[in-house]
Amino acid sequence: MTDRHPLFGPLVFAGGLVFGFGLGFSHMARPEVVLDFLQFDDFGLLFVMFGAAVVSGIGFAVLPRVRDRAPLTGDQYERRLRPLDRNVLVGGAVFGVGWGLSGICPGAAYASLGVGNVAILWALAGMFLGAYLQGYWRSKTAAARAATTGAD
Amino acid sequence: MVTDPTIVTETAVLQAGTGLFPNGISRYAVGGLLVGLGALVVYAGTGIAAGASTFLESTLSYVSGQSRFQRYVASRDWRVVFTLGIVLGGLVFATTVQSGLVATSLYTPGTTGELYEVGGVTLWSTTVQPWRLFLGGILVGIGTRLGKGCTSGHGVCGVGSASRTSIVGVVTFLVVAIGTAQLVAALGVSP
Repeated sequence: MTDRHPLFGPLVFAGGLVFGFGLGFSHMARPEVVLDFLQFDDFGLLFVMFGAAVVSGIGFAVLPRVRDRAPLTGDQYERRLRPLDRNVLVGGAVFGVGWGLSGICPGAAYASLGVGNVAILWALAGMFLGAYLQGYWRSKTAAARAATTGAD
Repeated sequence: MVTDPTIVTETAVLQAGTGLFPNGISRYAVGGLLVGLGALVVYAGTGIAAGASTFLESTLSYVSGQSRFQRYVASRDWRVVFTLGIVLGGLVFATTVQSGLVATSLYTPGTTGELYEVGGVTLWSTTVQPWRLFLGGILVGIGTRLGKGCTSGHGVCGVGSASRTSIVGVVTFLVVAIGTAQLVAALGVSP
């Protein structure tokens, strides 16, 4: 983290701390509770997801209007926008199968480890393996495409 | 002291709940507000809309030279810091609220998984079978990275940005996850 503002690291850490505490408090860090939600036994998890989106949504809407740039990076406040393509649907569906099978998503898995859930290392190992497999495959296909079209 | 019975009933419904919300809503709502607040703290200070799943690829860049991972070299250090924060946030929750050191009526303990004690701290572990966690984890790793985000990137920051892509992503993984979980349960796999 060269040339970063000295408070950049501490602030990111503090944000993660609150984020992880919330995942523990809400029980979203427990695969059982996520599975109970997906099986329609307990709809409480809706309040976690929408509660979080409402809070961040207020920030995303208000901050760009009251400040030009973020104090620790000088970057402009922008919304989180990604291009909509087939990958969003295919990836989303694959993620959905994995989430429905395991009851755990990446952020909740990190928090779950902190709550004491040693068994979640199985899920984390799987996530790294899955991320590696798609990254390896996409790096290779991107390189092959660049070679056939004579680079960029 | 005479207590108004209607207030007691309403409080009981809010705390314990029934039907759609057998564990009430307060722990979910408070937890969700904190998750949103954590993302907002990072965004307010840095302008970064942080997601949790990019950490998987950015951390792989330390050990793999694949171009797909190397694109995250610039952000990999702070993503490690963010993830360590999330892990320690979970631990702080365990040592305070889960261990009973801090008591609040907003928290419902629940009965899922197994509690165990280490040095006076009440920790928790899942009873969901390892093969489900591992196989599901592989698919989560592939799907979140291919689909440009997970529950935090698409779900919290993307929906918070009113991003059409993120709303499509969330609806897709939510619907598929519900179908998958219902199917797995119907096949008799538990937990």
